[in-house]
Amino acid sequence: MIRRLILLTLLGAAALADAGAPPAETLKAGVLTPVMAAPALRLTATDGQPLTLGRFRGKVVLVAFGFSNCGEVCPITLATLAGARRKLGAEAARDVQVVYVTVDPERDDAARMRKFLGAFDPTFIGGVGTRAEIDAAQASWGITSVRKMNPDGSYLIGHSSSIYLVDRAGGLRAVMPYGHPADDFVHDLKILLRG
Amino acid sequence: MRRVFRIPLLAVAALVVVGLGWAGFAPIEVATHEHSFDIPKGTWARRRAGDLVEILPDHIRLTLGLDAVLVIRNHDDVPQTFGPTIMMPGQSFSLPFERAASYQFTCTAHASGSLTIDVEPEPVTPWARIRWRVREWWENRKR
Repeated sequence: MIRRLILLTLLGAAALADAGAPPAETLKAGVLTPVMAAPALRLTATDGQPLTLGRFRGKVVLVAFGFSNCGEVCPITLATLAGARRKLGAEAARDVQVVYVTVDPERDDAARMRKFLGAFDPTFIGGVGTRAEIDAAQASWGITSVRKMNPDGSYLIGHSSSIYLVDRAGGLRAVMPYGHPADDFVHDLKILLRG
Repeated sequence: MRRVFRIPLLAVAALVVVGLGWAGFAPIEVATHEHSFDIPKGTWARRRAGDLVEILPDHIRLTLGLDAVLVIRNHDDVPQTFGPTIMMPGQSFSLPFERAASYQFTCTAHASGSLTIDVEPEPVTPWARIRWRVREWWENRKR
């Protein structure tokens, strides 16, 4: 009888504890399951060092692709990411690295990308390389880009505009489509920073 | 003659009123909030052989509060790029939407090169519920 009472009490307590447990937090971004290692990056960083994701192991890395002559998508994306880092606060933002890879290696060299990204946040690191290196990076990340010629001979590039969220262990956890506000990034970064 | 038809007509009218009342006021319940698509094994090989196999339509309509989570599962042997991401073999991608809008993604799987996802607001008014139910019924009938 006493054993039954104890068992019932334990079961009741377990049920209460379960009911009180907060639901698992879900990301605002699209989630990839199971988590797999993020595709490799073998480029040159705008700080002059080789650009690999391994360099940022232990940090949450936001990877995106674009180009410095972009007039619409890239400035909005970069301003959003800079805003998210500011909202996170200095301490948490130290563990967040933005990596922006050019899809326009013919015009974007390290100096140009550094100046472009620095206007949004001096901690942002750009990825540059030869056409072959950029093509390889785009292929492994599933990035498309299409050159659109202007009548004056100049060109713009339509490109994939999602932002990839890589966790501290180098796993590609989620993909945030273009257009989400900074608050959504802050929400997801807090979850990823907690590990 | 008119009296003969009066009772059946009243019965039909009552049924229509009850039906519209149910369709407009009963909460919509869905089995899952996910709107799922599967990429079957062998898709890449079929495409390579010239088969224009379609997995995702060019336009997808989702409704907030009902099926606003797009799920794509890659059962193929090769990575697949659909909409905003690349998926490795065996991986699935679950993308929640929280705002009603039209979203356009680059998508190499389509001839148009793009995938449009129209996210509609949750049907909360009676008229919106009726419209949603009628459209669902019509689309299920077509399938």
